[in-house]
Amino acid sequence: MNHWIIAPVVLPAFVAAFMVLTMRGHLELQRIASLAAIVALNAIAVGLLWSATAHGPEAYFLGDWPAPFGISLVLDRLSAMMVALLAFVALITTLYAIGSGWDAKGAHFHPLLQFLLMGVGGAFLTGDAFNLFVFFEVLLIASYGLMIHGGGARRTRAGIQYVAFNLVGSSLFLIALALLYGVTGTLNMADLAAKLPSLPEGDAALLRVAAVMMILVFAIKGALVPLQFWLPGTYANAPGVVAALFAIMTKVGAYATLRFVTLVFPTDLPATGTLIPAFLLPAALVTLAIGALGILGATTLPRLAAFAAIASMGTAFLAIAHMSPQATSAALFYILHSTLATALIFLVSDLVSRRRAHLRLDVASPVAQNGLVAALFLAAAVAVAGMPPLSGFIGKLLILDAWRDQAFAIWPAVLASSFLMLLGLSRAGSLLFWKPSEPAETAEPAPHEPLALTAAFALLAMIVALTLAAGPVTGWLDGTAASLHDPAAYIAANRLEVVP
Amino acid sequence: MEALLASVIGLLSAVGIYLTLRLRTFPVILGLTFLSYAVNLFLFTAGRLTLNAAPIVGTTDAPADPLPQALVLTAIVISFGMTAVIMIMAIGGHLQAGHDRIDLDEDKA
Repeated sequence: MNHWIIAPVVLPAFVAAFMVLTMRGHLELQRIASLAAIVALNAIAVGLLWSATAHGPEAYFLGDWPAPFGISLVLDRLSAMMVALLAFVALITTLYAIGSGWDAKGAHFHPLLQFLLMGVGGAFLTGDAFNLFVFFEVLLIASYGLMIHGGGARRTRAGIQYVAFNLVGSSLFLIALALLYGVTGTLNMADLAAKLPSLPEGDAALLRVAAVMMILVFAIKGALVPLQFWLPGTYANAPGVVAALFAIMTKVGAYATLRFVTLVFPTDLPATGTLIPAFLLPAALVTLAIGALGILGATTLPRLAAFAAIASMGTAFLAIAHMSPQATSAALFYILHSTLATALIFLVSDLVSRRRAHLRLDVASPVAQNGLVAALFLAAAVAVAGMPPLSGFIGKLLILDAWRDQAFAIWPAVLASSFLMLLGLSRAGSLLFWKPSEPAETAEPAPHEPLALTAAFALLAMIVALTLAAGPVTGWLDGTAASLHDPAAYIAANRLEVVP
Repeated sequence: MEALLASVIGLLSAVGIYLTLRLRTFPVILGLTFLSYAVNLFLFTAGRLTLNAAPIVGTTDAPADPLPQALVLTAIVISFGMTAVIMIMAIGGHLQAGHDRIDLDEDKA
């Protein structure tokens, strides 16, 4: 058994607990420990990526209890890719937090971040539906702490809304799990996939209810309309660096949806059939529209970034809703790109916020270090809107190509929303950087933070690298999508015991 | 017994949803608590209702299903922790802002 599979869960858990117990109040030590753990996590993630590519899906049985009786973690190409993406975004945000001094504005930033990594990494790796719920709760409870990091009445009250919304989501998740267990007697995802096709006719209605509730929960996490209301308030009020880290948290919703619609509820399952794509598609289109309009109408830069996150989820869910290997591959590429792009725009919005007198998007207040920050904003805007030459363009092109069969309905929606996003981003950029009515001398003094700027540029460099390596990456993603849509190897990796 | 349990779950959910939709944080937290009671009971019934049966194979003809009991235990612990977190945040928000409205509309506060 490959014990490295559980490392992305165990390592952050131990480091977080160790930091809380021994480094309370020692920020420098915490920074070193946190960075060391995240660098190690990156190395492990690269190793897992190689292992999943070379050996195919592999299961890890906790306590060596055979599936489906024990909990199993399953490493396949998709989960390895998501863990690697998580590790990279975590590295960038930690560097940025250290460079900008965000981690000094409240206690326990680094332990909370490690617990968040544990929750997100576990959610990507687990092969058990109830364990997925547990890891969701781990990542949520860490995100509650991070969301209100730095304090302030408005941030705390936005946090209460966020927690309340997610507690309702958790209740829905538990109801869905109870229904699934009630009709099948198992919660192991591979076992569910093996058992559901032979489900008695009478239980089909219950299964449909469970499937819809499950997707609703993932839609809450992924901010799919009409369940996106929590996102703008939460992300716009969270510290900028935390919002950048949350860019990967919304992708957990997309990941879980992708996992369930390919493994547990595929379109050839008689009980659910095309039920899930039938309502994912319109929801994704409306999400995209709301994201684009939100960018156009945003009054502050953090809100603009939050709506950019919503629009990116709309695009990703649009690709998932096609339910074909080609579209899934496009969705994976877009998830890779949009996680980096959303994180970048949140970092840029934080850079701007700390170089200006106030947050409103208007011409009154100039930005210190105008040229440098403006260049970063331009790059982030190009990435978010999906313009050439960055990888967002390639991602959207792949999605449009996958939807060629319904080009008349889908293409105008995607293209029009991209145009609106471009318009909104250009408007924000010209207001902020071109038209300050006060002279530049009145700008806030520019904070000296080379590490924070380096982190933002490293993120941009990764987007450029993704663009340059688009050929090999899409080739690898095609293989990943093909194995997702033919989950026989994933199920076989669990070595399911035959229950008499 | 099924009818009794079903109506109790329904009643708890109704109360929970009504309170969750209120405008102040305290009723919302109470509503979330009621909702979690309803969900925990519902989760418990996923293993079917059995009377006078231990969850151990061999002790009775039809043993109770042990797994939902373990699931409920996990769910109770998690919802307890979450309630504590939102309670602390609500108190903090109330003390900092001077009111406990749940919406973010500052002008009407």
